[in-house]
Amino acid sequence: MSAKVEHDVEQAVEMVNIEVNGVKLEAPKGSMIIEATDKAGIEIPRFCYHPKLSIAANCRMCLVDVEKMPKPMPACATPVMEGMKVYTDSRRAMDAQHGVMEFLLINHPLDCPICDQGGECELQDQAMGYGRSVSRFSERKRVVKDKNVGPLVQTEMTRCIHCTRCVRFLEEIAGTSEMGGAGRGDRVEIGTCVENSINSELSGNIIDLCPVGALTNKPFRFAARAWELVAVPSVAVHDGVGSSLFHHVRRGQVLRSVPRENEATNETWLSDRDRYSCIGLYADDRVTAPQVKENGEWKTVSWNEAAQTVARILKDSIETRGPQQLGLLMSPSATTEEYFLAQRLARQLGCGNIDHRLREQDFSDDLARSASAPFEMKIADIEHSDAILLLGSNPREEAPLVGHRIRKAWKSGAAISVINPLDWKFTFETSLDAIVAPQYLVGELAALAAAVEKVSGKAAPDQLRSVLNGAESGENHDGLAHRLLTAGRGLVVLGQAGLSHPDAAWLRSLAAYIAAATGSSLNLLPHGGNATGARLAGAVPNRGPGGVEAPSGLNAAQMLETPIDCYLLWNIEPDYDIDNPARAMSALQQAGSVISIVSHASETLREVSDVILPLASQPESEGSVVNLDGSVINFKAAGKAPGEARPGWKILRRLGSEMGLDGFGQVSIENVMEELRTDLDSADPVAGEPELAQPVYENSLYRMGELPMYSIDALCRRSGPLQQTEQARSAFLGLNPQDATRLGLADHAMARVGQGEKQVEVEVQVSDRVPAGGVWLRCATPVTRELGSAVAPIAVEVT
Amino acid sequence: MSTRPGTNNDEIENGAAMLTEETRKTIDHWVSKFPEDKKRSALIQSLIAAQDQNGGWITRDLAEAVAGYLDLPPVWAHEVVSFYSMFFTEPVGRHKVNICTNISCWLNGAEEVVGHAEKKLGVKMGGTTVDGRITLVREEECLAGCCGAPMAVVDGHYHEKLDLQKLDAILDGLE
Repeated sequence: MSAKVEHDVEQAVEMVNIEVNGVKLEAPKGSMIIEATDKAGIEIPRFCYHPKLSIAANCRMCLVDVEKMPKPMPACATPVMEGMKVYTDSRRAMDAQHGVMEFLLINHPLDCPICDQGGECELQDQAMGYGRSVSRFSERKRVVKDKNVGPLVQTEMTRCIHCTRCVRFLEEIAGTSEMGGAGRGDRVEIGTCVENSINSELSGNIIDLCPVGALTNKPFRFAARAWELVAVPSVAVHDGVGSSLFHHVRRGQVLRSVPRENEATNETWLSDRDRYSCIGLYADDRVTAPQVKENGEWKTVSWNEAAQTVARILKDSIETRGPQQLGLLMSPSATTEEYFLAQRLARQLGCGNIDHRLREQDFSDDLARSASAPFEMKIADIEHSDAILLLGSNPREEAPLVGHRIRKAWKSGAAISVINPLDWKFTFETSLDAIVAPQYLVGELAALAAAVEKVSGKAAPDQLRSVLNGAESGENHDGLAHRLLTAGRGLVVLGQAGLSHPDAAWLRSLAAYIAAATGSSLNLLPHGGNATGARLAGAVPNRGPGGVEAPSGLNAAQMLETPIDCYLLWNIEPDYDIDNPARAMSALQQAGSVISIVSHASETLREVSDVILPLASQPESEGSVVNLDGSVINFKAAGKAPGEARPGWKILRRLGSEMGLDGFGQVSIENVMEELRTDLDSADPVAGEPELAQPVYENSLYRMGELPMYSIDALCRRSGPLQQTEQARSAFLGLNPQDATRLGLADHAMARVGQGEKQVEVEVQVSDRVPAGGVWLRCATPVTRELGSAVAPIAVEVT
Repeated sequence: MSTRPGTNNDEIENGAAMLTEETRKTIDHWVSKFPEDKKRSALIQSLIAAQDQNGGWITRDLAEAVAGYLDLPPVWAHEVVSFYSMFFTEPVGRHKVNICTNISCWLNGAEEVVGHAEKKLGVKMGGTTVDGRITLVREEECLAGCCGAPMAVVDGHYHEKLDLQKLDAILDGLE
């Protein structure tokens, strides 16, 4: 729909004829000279111009000669006009460019040999083309004191040439306005002004934007030269966007990641999570060889011995306890091929217990959930939306580049509202919001659904009737219903906070009705980088590849609720990656055997495991992921897996053939992909009806166990720089002022919180961002890894 | 929520308590002159009000308090404070005497006027008298009074066609 609109706009644009260096060009009226020349491949030097940022025209490097103009004009800020004649290489243009370059170099230090940007520096490159070979400047150069702007970006502001790309990026794209130019004239200093770190979740992009070495990648500092690195195209798997990136690799080691342009997903940006998580690859607890626990002692073994041991464990368990006593818990960020082979392995063994939805609690509508892409409105179209409802979602943290698209929509006029369990800070304005504790979320959404029913006149499905009948809609609900109904391109986003909810099935069903009745799209934002691929490949109970009917099995929650005999953990840490870590750990401790196929092994994982197989991490592996749009993205290995670590599909192939199962004879990853494609082509998906139970709430405080954005997987948790960011702060307990007073807890006091038998002590932070009745206690953190479900009743008391 | 999206300044919002009732009134007055979503336009006048409240100079915290009150990123306030020479980021005297030394005044004897003032007050340009009475402001650009050169701006008031007697009278009249 939006594509069509854009097409219409393009048709309506008036074109003008210009001539550049004697070459005739056509350009849209009102566009700048530099846009036309860039399109035609005519080179104009520039520093401050960037197609995604506003025009500043402050570096003056792009001066060109325009006929009839008394002075050289900046190509980035001079609109094309009919009959305009431009010369980019005339004497006057070249003189102007050489002059500007000489001025730019006056205060630029000659420290290229120790500068990280050396070799990939726009100033260096352009000084080659436009600079003098000898400097005529013999006066003192300016020196600017360095600032610490946090763990991710290194500053060396003496090198700054004041192009203000970083300032404009943080103001226009990131929306945080954390940098500015202090001072005036030749004393201008670009910086944060305030002694603060840059906290934007997209902050790393200012490194790529900086044309000189003023802002560089802090963890990568002094690690390698640009020409030593091989850029391997790959994909990021820390959220479902599937951002395109390059891993920069030297001798098999991934040293840094940078964005690769892809307008459908990440444009030219990369979230900090995708950029800095590669550091986790080289953590100390990386598994490099197969290990088997014998009498409580870990023994390193060969792959042969390891595979035989695993086959024996699985066979023994199935023979003595039956195949229903085996369970596969898989990371939501594995490759599609790993899911495909894992479910084949399980199902051939007669076991249907496989799941990747480790942070979900409510599976009552499981049979009704489809295998189609979670985003009805594509990532790239979100910015054309004109009304967005965020439901249990903080897109800035769940998928930063989806958050960025929503900000773009807001900038072009979209009205955005939230129904959230926490008052998150966004980079866009919201209105008609409801911030309610988790236990009131279903009620709140039911009230909106009731308003939608009233305003749209479209009757809600009968199964929703039980909650709709009790719901009373207020003015806000009516306003919001009206807004979605009148929107040309409405969008409802149900995020991870919603999907982790104990009544997620209700939220899904209500959101689906609201979207359908108002003609809006429904985008689900699940946990993990390849939840779409997992579902498509059949890594869920009861559904095989493509959503076909499969023998019944246990879901992630059921597998742990009643402990079973044998668990296979696929690249997860049970105390961090599962909704209810207390229950998970207890189940694993009671299990007969636990086989962990992981890239990293913590002490906790070692305690519960019997066999550990070393898995190549995604940047070192090959395969494909399916992003939220449903696009399949293939990737090759970028880094070399350490020691004996192997790609997941090869490990599964080995285990399958070791056990004498069919369908594990693939020669290459392409074979696996083909087999999956064949299955999908012939798939006849089935859909059941949701069985929604009446929501029941205990009269208690409810925990809002927000998942910190840098705690989502083993890799991020091991990235030191990410863990030092503001976003990773976790040891606090947020309470609403009312609740805090009632409980007798003051700001900074210590509180004891408990879920079930487990209790921990944390510092209280009184904040009106927490709604009454809610307890903001993050999950997947060192402090809370022994507690229960992320969204569940919780007891809070004075220590 | 009225907070400007993206700004992470809980503490700064609370810091708005640093502004006096009168300063807030002045800021509100200036805000009302611009469209609702263009509060940034009122920034200079708001910062001047905050500077006046603080005895003629403005601190970092105070500038951030103004930003918080206007719902603007703190960086924007710092940019303005550091750009304009009419903002003073260090303590100043009770009176600001700004003698122009730009081209017209210079040709008409500004140097002599400055020299006299420096000798009389015992401070160099840019300094403040020990008793905190007068700051001799270092002038950066033409003060736009060339027709009456040499001239000075004293606490915002223009004094033209200066001679030494006139300057003495002005300086002696400052409490």
